[in-house]
Amino acid sequence: MLHRFAALVAASTALLIFAGGLVTSTGSGLSVPDWPTTYGWNMFTFPIDKWVGGIYYEHTHRLIASVVGFLIVVLAVWLWRVEPRAWVRRLGYVALAAVITQGILGGITVLWFLPPPVSIAHAGLAQLVFCLTIAIALVTSPGWSRGAAGDSAADDRTLQLVAAVTTAVIYVQIIAGATMRHTGAGLAIPDFPLAFGQIVPSVWSGPIAIHYAHRVGAVIVSLLALATAGHVLYHHVREGGLRRPAVLLVALLIVQVTLGALTVLSGKHYVINSLHVVTGALVLGTSLVLALRANRARFTTQAERMRVAA
Amino acid sequence: MTRRVYTAIPVFIITVLTALLAAACGGGNTEQAAVPDAPTVSPVDAATAGNVTGRVTFAGTAPKPAAVRMESDPNCMPPGGAATDEAVVLGQNGALQNAFVYVKDGLGDLRFPIPSNTPVLDQKGCLYTPHVIGVQVGQSIEILNSDPTLHNVHAVPTSNQEFNTGQPLPGMKHTHRFSTREVMVPFKCDVHPWMRAYVGVLDHPYFAVTGPDGSFDLKGLPPGTYTIEAWHETLGTQTQTVTIAAKESGTAAFEFKPKS
Repeated sequence: MLHRFAALVAASTALLIFAGGLVTSTGSGLSVPDWPTTYGWNMFTFPIDKWVGGIYYEHTHRLIASVVGFLIVVLAVWLWRVEPRAWVRRLGYVALAAVITQGILGGITVLWFLPPPVSIAHAGLAQLVFCLTIAIALVTSPGWSRGAAGDSAADDRTLQLVAAVTTAVIYVQIIAGATMRHTGAGLAIPDFPLAFGQIVPSVWSGPIAIHYAHRVGAVIVSLLALATAGHVLYHHVREGGLRRPAVLLVALLIVQVTLGALTVLSGKHYVINSLHVVTGALVLGTSLVLALRANRARFTTQAERMRVAA
Repeated sequence: MTRRVYTAIPVFIITVLTALLAAACGGGNTEQAAVPDAPTVSPVDAATAGNVTGRVTFAGTAPKPAAVRMESDPNCMPPGGAATDEAVVLGQNGALQNAFVYVKDGLGDLRFPIPSNTPVLDQKGCLYTPHVIGVQVGQSIEILNSDPTLHNVHAVPTSNQEFNTGQPLPGMKHTHRFSTREVMVPFKCDVHPWMRAYVGVLDHPYFAVTGPDGSFDLKGLPPGTYTIEAWHETLGTQTQTVTIAAKESGTAAFEFKPKS
């Protein structure tokens, strides 16, 4: 039950990231100038007939964020009351602290007229909240407790390392993407797959450098993700708990690169752009699941191993 | 160890919340900027004052005004058709409307009284009216919501203080004074992204916005040599130097071409 609730929280967080992507993609970030109120109303009593124009995206994002915040409070309390593993309980507390901080960052970025460092931090912390909810959902699953997945990876140091590195690099790539979005560099290079008709741009500026860094990051992430998935399929193909996220990782990667290209070619269509943001989160989450399962043995105490063996 | 972690986490949360709330409270958007003292009497001798008149025109094929899509807010839909984009508005014989013409240089150290009248920037039909307006530093400008919907008034200056204030009800007003000279201060509404206005802020009264005939008249100028600039939101700027003697009228003509 706890595992299912945690999975629901993770899914809600993904929806929240998509809603946040819509806010930025439609340029609606300042359409509600006050915070935590909405045009002077309590956020929850703001009349529906006033959800017009950019307000629709910004206000919906705030409401979904409130729901997700509440769900994470419930999750943290639930873990505190029933979870025997201290480190899992701690994950709940950290998720709670992160989502509260995230809400305040969202408010500050509105009150300060969307300064890029705060908006980028807001985007980056959103991904960490998502990762925390995914991690909680994973480690509270029956499969994790039984050791049903990842056991064959217990001695595979290569997989443990490459999966962890891939996850970290995907996160860095997402931060690069957030920097590009919040500094207005999304169309600094207007063509794809080339850059101004060349592999390396012939002209440079700050926005071009940021944009190009995100493209180079995409190549690095792709190579690492393919290496991770290839390793799993070659060495652990019978292990469903590793094979499934590995295949999903490659599938999501293909979707993500396609969405990235379409974002540029469509002139940053707001739906495509927002799908690119949330798919980035899904790529990160999938890689995290794979990395955690590959490193599962590190999280299991001797007592737990003996209990499972018995 | 575990107990230490339990203690540390709430302390961390409270510390972060306190720091962020303190930071947030410091970033209010309704504060009016400080305005320097100004004289109460004009330094210009009316007996010797002249003026600069002229016309701003557009050369070439007039761009077809794009329709503004207002479907995202049904309250904005104009009866009997769509509004058109105000970026380039032309009158007869190429007259260019909404150009801001002003004395850019030549007034030296002269300081001028702050006018007591309050120009109004209205939000009507989900458009800013007028589209271009000028005020003096320290002069009040009133931003009014005449629409049956809500707007956010968002000024994005580079030298003055940015502000963003909500007007959820018809008839609401917001009064603002700018603290320093700036040509131009863009205004937008993030609820209705097509809404744009430009406010020219000067430390003297010698400015004008061209009407449908493209003409302007900078009245009451003391004798001297002036750099006159014409600004347009999409076509850029042009300058001319004009010299006027006592009680003389000088002329300047600006012709903008389509941007390549």
